[in-house]
Amino acid sequence: MLAFFLRRLIHAAIVMLIVGLISFSLVQFIGDPVAAYLGLDVDPADRERLAEALGLNEPFIVQYLDYIARALSGDFGLSYATSRPVVEMIGERFPATFELALVASLMAIALGIPLGVYTALHPRSWLSRLFLTASLVGVSIPTFVIGVQLIHIFSVNLGWLPSYGRGTTVDLGGWTTGLLSLSGWQSILMPAFSLALVQLTLIMRLVRAEMLEVLRTDFIKFARARGLRRRTIDFGHALKNTMIPVITVIGLQIGTLIAFAIVTETVFQWPGMGLLFIQSVGAVDVPVMTAFLMVVAVIFVLINFVVDLLYLLVDPRLRGDRSGPVAGGANA
Amino acid sequence: MPSDRAGGEGGLEATALDAFTAARRTGWRARLAQAWASDLAHSFRRNPVAILSAVIVVVFFAAAALAPWIAPTNPYDLRTLSIMDNLLPPVWEEGGDPRFLLGTDAQGAGVLSGILYGTRISLIVGFGSVLLSMLLGVSIGVVAGYVGGWLDSLLMRIADIQLTFPAILIALLIGGIAESAVPASERGALAVPVLIFAIGISNWVQYARTVRGSTMVVRQLEYVAAARLIGRSPVAIMARHILPNIMGPVLVIATINLAFAIITEATLSFLGVGMPVTEPSLGMLIRDGNDYLFSGEWWLSVFPSAALVMLALAINLLGDWLRDALNPRLR
Repeated sequence: MLAFFLRRLIHAAIVMLIVGLISFSLVQFIGDPVAAYLGLDVDPADRERLAEALGLNEPFIVQYLDYIARALSGDFGLSYATSRPVVEMIGERFPATFELALVASLMAIALGIPLGVYTALHPRSWLSRLFLTASLVGVSIPTFVIGVQLIHIFSVNLGWLPSYGRGTTVDLGGWTTGLLSLSGWQSILMPAFSLALVQLTLIMRLVRAEMLEVLRTDFIKFARARGLRRRTIDFGHALKNTMIPVITVIGLQIGTLIAFAIVTETVFQWPGMGLLFIQSVGAVDVPVMTAFLMVVAVIFVLINFVVDLLYLLVDPRLRGDRSGPVAGGANA
Repeated sequence: MPSDRAGGEGGLEATALDAFTAARRTGWRARLAQAWASDLAHSFRRNPVAILSAVIVVVFFAAAALAPWIAPTNPYDLRTLSIMDNLLPPVWEEGGDPRFLLGTDAQGAGVLSGILYGTRISLIVGFGSVLLSMLLGVSIGVVAGYVGGWLDSLLMRIADIQLTFPAILIALLIGGIAESAVPASERGALAVPVLIFAIGISNWVQYARTVRGSTMVVRQLEYVAAARLIGRSPVAIMARHILPNIMGPVLVIATINLAFAIITEATLSFLGVGMPVTEPSLGMLIRDGNDYLFSGEWWLSVFPSAALVMLALAINLLGDWLRDALNPRLR
């Protein structure tokens, strides 16, 4: 167990270092930090002094290690655009993105798993076909088109929901939440739904495919032969065994969720990290871009870690402490 | 190659050989007949959804290819536009003009013509990027699967790390960097290659993983061992013996990827790192049209959106059919 933890931890650290290196070097291509801070017409001596102070005269790898060292202590530098610490700017945007992604994931899971199970259990019913076709329509409509049309219908024509922003937020000691006020819930509904659609389709199709696969296996046939109730077989045996790939994909998709949050946040002017990122791309605000990428990488690595732990919970075979029987399978 | 073992065994094999050479001699008609009789064509003919999707896709391709000849107006040629024609609604609405079937935009350019030219750009970007990711992904996958060892682990670790970042984020980053690295005067000319590169480079992993998997299965087969025994080079084995046998899944991925690439391009344009305003793709048209959505000029965004969704949906439906048709388990 401990070995497993350590192995995953080292793996995560390596991934972080490489991702950090890539985003750091990619973003270094653009712009001139000195010009960004001082403007274009300054005394060359001043330029030189600032370049020295920023460490720009050091070799690239030294700059990178320096960046990592400072990042580890929470210092991501100052934004070119606002001259504020980047970590502060991202920190105050993070809760908005987190809540959006959380509500979107819950929506996607709450709808996607039942739909997937239904379409797998009744593959020939017309309702299943309807769901499957609808899911293809879902992946064929770009997120931003859905967002814009939602605004068009529910904000402009019907006037039911606000078209932008988070509504009233409550400050819980540094963490602003919109989930404690009615206007906050009204505001999150449309962005979260448009973000959830991408996930929803994927989860539904995956649950269906995995479930069909499991329903074909022998242990399900044996369970039927044992005369177990249909409900027990479908949910106790079959669904349980489809959950591993589903958990993996839901976990891995959180990265995609954050990426598409950029789009959703732009459409709904949601004050999260994605909107900050797109603004920083527009303003060539390099420190903010790099920091955003690092934060995404940290989230991804953390999620991978959690997914691995969930595996242990869901699949007893993987728990395989050397003392007990390793294989055999939970339900076989 | 059947001609290699033509040394008269007679019987069944000779008949097959005759049929083969006969088919060769009679040329395209026989080959067409052969294609018509294949499993794939058979499943296609029995699937109305696939036929309809194929028709829609072909219509879009043709419209895109022929845009300069069939478009009623040229939206890029500002001299032919008249500001008097601006913001006309579609023909069937009050105040519509028969010259502009789907209405006009703020410059007086026809929306239909804009869609035709926009589809052209969206498809060029889509095909270009799919080709790029396929080329990258398939070569990496075959090499990783065939050579194995440390090269395989290295390539697959790179793939893992690339997966850390969602495709659209990578494309956004490359697009954004190119945007600020390229001087403004060159931006218009470089927009299409930059988009192709950005979208193509961010989507190769899926091909690589699939191809690696099938390569590892196929390389165990006897005919590959035989090819190795007669001394064919690894490159020739990978290209001539392995590749042709694992292209089925690649084709499926490529089809679905095409729809994805077109949507990604639209999304990038929407976020402001896509095509310039002067040469709008479908995504750019939608982005522009959104500004007018709330003032009542709905046709500016709804028609390009509908075109984009129809195109993506038809391609996705084709991909869906292809996956089922090529899946032996479902036969």
